[in-house]
Amino acid sequence: MAEIVLQSISHSYEAKRGALDEPTRGRPAPTYALRDVELRWRDGGAYALLGPSGCGKTTLLGIISGLLQPTRGRVYYGDKDVTALSSRERNIAQVFQFPVIYDTMTVRQNLAFPLRNRGLGAAEIDRRVGHIAEILELTEVLPSRATRLTADQKQILALGRGLVRQDVAAILFDEPLTVIDPHRKWLLRRKLKEIHKQFHHTLIYVTHDQTEALTFADEVVVMQHGSVLARGTPEDLFRRPAHTYVGYFIGSPGMNVMPCEVERQAGGAQARVGAYEIPLLTVGEAAAPSGRLELGIRPEHIVVLGEAEAAGGLPVSVAAIEDHGRFRIVSGRLGDHRVKIRLGQVSTPGAKAGSPAIVVGGTVRVRFQPEHICLYRDGRIVAPGAGSAGEESA
Amino acid sequence: MIEKTRSNKAWLLLLPMTIVVAFSAIVPLMTVVNYSVQDILGPNTKVYVGFEWFRKVLRDPELHAAFLRQLLFSFSVLALELPLGVGVSLVMPRRGWAVSASLVVLALPLLIPWNVVGTIWQIFGRTDIGMGGAALVKLGLHYNYTADRVDAWLTVLVMDVWHWTPLIALLCYSGLRAIPPAYYQAAAIDGASGWSVFRYIQLPKLKNVLVIAILLRFMDSFMIYTEPFVVTGGGPGNSTTFLSQSLTRLAVGQFDLGPAAAFSLIYFLFILVFCYVFYTVMNRVGQG
Repeated sequence: MAEIVLQSISHSYEAKRGALDEPTRGRPAPTYALRDVELRWRDGGAYALLGPSGCGKTTLLGIISGLLQPTRGRVYYGDKDVTALSSRERNIAQVFQFPVIYDTMTVRQNLAFPLRNRGLGAAEIDRRVGHIAEILELTEVLPSRATRLTADQKQILALGRGLVRQDVAAILFDEPLTVIDPHRKWLLRRKLKEIHKQFHHTLIYVTHDQTEALTFADEVVVMQHGSVLARGTPEDLFRRPAHTYVGYFIGSPGMNVMPCEVERQAGGAQARVGAYEIPLLTVGEAAAPSGRLELGIRPEHIVVLGEAEAAGGLPVSVAAIEDHGRFRIVSGRLGDHRVKIRLGQVSTPGAKAGSPAIVVGGTVRVRFQPEHICLYRDGRIVAPGAGSAGEESA
Repeated sequence: MIEKTRSNKAWLLLLPMTIVVAFSAIVPLMTVVNYSVQDILGPNTKVYVGFEWFRKVLRDPELHAAFLRQLLFSFSVLALELPLGVGVSLVMPRRGWAVSASLVVLALPLLIPWNVVGTIWQIFGRTDIGMGGAALVKLGLHYNYTADRVDAWLTVLVMDVWHWTPLIALLCYSGLRAIPPAYYQAAAIDGASGWSVFRYIQLPKLKNVLVIAILLRFMDSFMIYTEPFVVTGGGPGNSTTFLSQSLTRLAVGQFDLGPAAAFSLIYFLFILVFCYVFYTVMNRVGQG
């Protein structure tokens, strides 16, 4: 086990290894699936690679596992440069999008397969297979054909083929819950967490599902268009997304982002969005006049004001209300800008005196919680919200 | 409760299908059944003979010989074409222009009409003007498919392998292409050797395709007629006379309609039973 380091990795599926970016001999410049990715994965960490389809996360995984050779850049496991090594020679395990099992083999043979290929003795193979099967709760099905297993058991079996090996530096997961029934997903996810606690393998988990990423990982890496946009703890990415895209991508619904201007006055700072003024606690470097400034606020951090305090609030015209059971999402407009508001409790109409009526076509008065407002210049964060931790996220 | 209405219109809707099946299968088959239990002495004189023809056909030593020859031929064909077809499909290119090129080259023999295939090999094998035959003779081999039984057999066999291996190769190639890359990647990570990849991934994934290929090749080779007829005419002697040729001789040559009909039915039932048993067994194995 060792730290995994990716050093300025670029990959193009068209270009040959070491190819240049410039058009050569009449060929157009290659398009890159990954561009200058620098990442360091701590030994024993649980990481998630999050991003939309086509952002290069599966490519990155392939480069870590050795299924792909990067066009440029180097991969290190600890001090060892493994860039040129094939997956067979790297000590890595991977679980794929759909369960890959060997159909003609029994569960036991499946688990023994990687060990047999590495020439271990029969007694040692039996011991390890038995041990891992017990941990994965596969002992009872060991003699049966692997095709008989349910989809989630097959996925666990695929994971088991990685765990039986004692040399694995990391286990990679490529959207492993895609074909699993929703009600089995959380079981499998819990299993993964348990295994991580027990074995302390480095786990790298690729997904486009933010819930999976945020619940699984100690640290989430967000990717877009082949580069790393942000990395941080789930808490960080929710509270202080380093990039407007991250703010939008993480959270349901995503962060509200609207262009603004910042004014500093005697009484404090203000952001001006269209005709409306929003008080700020801090402006950070946003005071500098250059660049395109934007204000970001999570739908959770917009408070609908009661009639008593409504006078100072921002008017949001309500266009739609979605009821999600545990919460409601109000979509509306503040001036020219779309705004989404997440309301915690579903209030029974007329239950509380003075609570504002929210109806489609109507207008509500809201307040942006100043401690949760983030400011962005050209998409990058310049003034993070000072929000206190501990509130429910995502 | 949902109200169900009864309507006899359903019978009307079944009618077109019934007519088609009747004319395509039932009527011709029943005609054969009809002949098989009668002795037709003249246009208007026929005698019901029961299973007489079946007994006669089943005891005919000439047909026994043809049947054994046929079995030997079909199994030789399968034994040669299957491994060869799988092998070819494994080495076929996976990307680039070479894919189309290899597909076209492979498909060529399949596009040639059967009697043309026979003619090609009839000429190809000739020792005077045929490239293949003349070359063998030049190499000092005593090759003559018109006189030597073994040579005639080998010629017909090689011709069939040439003609039909591409079918198996193409079927297997499509089967191989359908295997998701993740299987190969997982195998690489598990440290599997090339043989293991073939044995535990490619072969199991090709199983369904191979079952179809075996069925097709068995049925086709068991019914082979045109090519050996053109190349050897069933000779020398009876050495390349297969079942369908015996049948034609019986029905068209000697005009023995009764025995020919009985023979046809046995022939048909054998193929049917063989395919059914094979298919069922293979499916059982799959669920094992």
